[in-house]
Amino acid sequence: MNIHEYQAKAILRKFGVPVPDGHVVYNGNSAREWAKRLGPGPWVVKAQIHAGGRGKGGGVKLARTSEEVRRLTRDMLGMTLRTHQTGPEGKVVTRVLVENGCNIDRELYVSLVVDRGSSKVSVMASTEGGMDIEEVAATTPEKIIVEIIDPLVGLTGFQCRNIAFKLGLGGKLLPMAVKLLGNLYKTFLACDCSMLEINPLVVTKDEELLALDAKFGFDDNAIFRHLQIADMRDYDEEDANEIEASQHDLSYISLDGNIGCLVNGAGLAMATMDIVKHYGGEPANFLDVGGGATIERVTEAFKIILSDSKVNGILVNIFGGIMKCDVIASGVIEAARQVELQVPLVVRLEGTNVERGKQLLAESGLNIIAADGMADAAQKIVAAVA
Amino acid sequence: MSILINKETKVITQGLGATGLFHAQGARDYGTQMVGGVTPGKGGTEIDGFPVFDTVRDAVEKTGATASVIYVPPPFAADSIMEAVEAELDLVIAITEGIPVLDMVKVKQYMQGKKTRLIGPNCPGVITPGECKIGIMPGYIHKPGRVGVVSRSGTLTYEAVWQLTCLGLGQSTCVGIGGDPVNGTSHLDVLQMFEEDPDTKAVIMIGEIGGTSEEEAARFVKDNMTKPVAAYIAGRTAPPGKRMGHAGAIISGGKGTAAEKVAVLEECGISVAATPAQMGEALLKVWKP
Repeated sequence: MNIHEYQAKAILRKFGVPVPDGHVVYNGNSAREWAKRLGPGPWVVKAQIHAGGRGKGGGVKLARTSEEVRRLTRDMLGMTLRTHQTGPEGKVVTRVLVENGCNIDRELYVSLVVDRGSSKVSVMASTEGGMDIEEVAATTPEKIIVEIIDPLVGLTGFQCRNIAFKLGLGGKLLPMAVKLLGNLYKTFLACDCSMLEINPLVVTKDEELLALDAKFGFDDNAIFRHLQIADMRDYDEEDANEIEASQHDLSYISLDGNIGCLVNGAGLAMATMDIVKHYGGEPANFLDVGGGATIERVTEAFKIILSDSKVNGILVNIFGGIMKCDVIASGVIEAARQVELQVPLVVRLEGTNVERGKQLLAESGLNIIAADGMADAAQKIVAAVA
Repeated sequence: MSILINKETKVITQGLGATGLFHAQGARDYGTQMVGGVTPGKGGTEIDGFPVFDTVRDAVEKTGATASVIYVPPPFAADSIMEAVEAELDLVIAITEGIPVLDMVKVKQYMQGKKTRLIGPNCPGVITPGECKIGIMPGYIHKPGRVGVVSRSGTLTYEAVWQLTCLGLGQSTCVGIGGDPVNGTSHLDVLQMFEEDPDTKAVIMIGEIGGTSEEEAARFVKDNMTKPVAAYIAGRTAPPGKRMGHAGAIISGGKGTAAEKVAVLEECGISVAATPAQMGEALLKVWKP
């Protein structure tokens, strides 16, 4: 799950990580009033969408007067912002962050992630703030500072100092940096983050540290114990079908193709997309109905797949293990009837009671194309939509 | 012979709720020695012939179990794993899906220097066909034999096993290591066990996008393995930045793509199946049974 920058900064503020004073607004007049309350200016007006690269797309502007804050906010609200992360369709701006500007001396980078290799949380830092960290890692890996945290001890003082010195944060800035890093780690743990990135972390001309931008990634498995964070979810930022699917415990991801896929198990679902592509088709989605594919869930899955207007054929690929094929076949037939299926449907069943399952499909009177094995299924659906 | 489990293995179930009980019965029907269960507060009772204990230590003392399988719900599963580790079981298989990753970070550190091996979480379990089944996989698709299977996925493993069985190739042991980013046992760990097992003659490794576990395993194959290995990597069409069902199946920062993994695997002499329908055939390209 992702959140907006203003929400991220509110969390950081709560944990004692310094961020610029600011406020989220939904119209120009309120932007002007908040600007006056925040400080003497200048201010920064920032479009709030879940994507990076906002500056280049015109979503981050500097304002010298409160009237300019009003005008910029009014212009930004409702505009479609296109960045390298939004795709060509862009995202509509519905909220704007107004915050105090600051005099930047230098820009740094700090992030925390769960490192899969060591199975521990690690801190990554770099003097190359404001840049894409993957690019820094690729071109100048020596500029990346890494400290791995012992989960039972936590981030130690010496580790924080190691990072601070390598970032050139001595003198008055050293204790500030140590405190900031410690508080970032506290935030990471307290919110069950999978990723927390401050880019840039700035040193101001007055020798202060400020988190100028912040990005959180939360562990979906842990959201159950963070209801306040779950409340920050902005449904406007997500694909409508993905939201609908998550409400039925279906794992669904929308893609660009025209062949809808309905599969049990995440690995098999990915493999099904791959084999469709291998035979020249384009998958419209990833969809895992899970182990206990009931009639209700299969029906919901069909509805979600068909609500994507690009879909002109569906491939069902089920390996019935504990779940019996005849039960799944009944589910598919029932679902196809309920949604009054108009597009070609290829069904590949394997596993427990497969013969009975195939017989049910054949006797259903529905126009179902039966397939044997994944290769046959993929070829048949690709041919059917061609 | 086999790895991890055989017909002597005695197993307790942690979390004998509806799901745990259903799969404990399935395993018992398959012939596994399912010797009891642990449900705190229900100690001293019996459910469908399974004696129930309050603690893992108690269950181990009374039954002589050396392995446990965990179906405890996600918020409490990490604690259950640590309880099993503390009771010095040889093997703990965590089926539970959805354990918070920071809980697993703690569990991994807690396990340092202790004797227990953890398989999973978020996995289908382990089976040595004809001898012992621990987990949720359908037993009948398997056939005793000489091919070792290791995988991050559930149903995709069934697909591979079924292809092998249809080709007349049985399996020594099939291990589901799970789809989470932080897990107990890696591909490499299992390959090492297969290499040392005299009755495993060849291996199929099934991976997916995210992380670098397959690449590390591939380098091990190149440097240390004498047995032929075939593989399949799922997720060639997965878009970056999206979690594909499994918590660990995500391409982040351009890392962990299927193309990258396939390239490293092929470089290391592994026969990589072009499609999931060809896993059995890919193995036969490098192995004459």
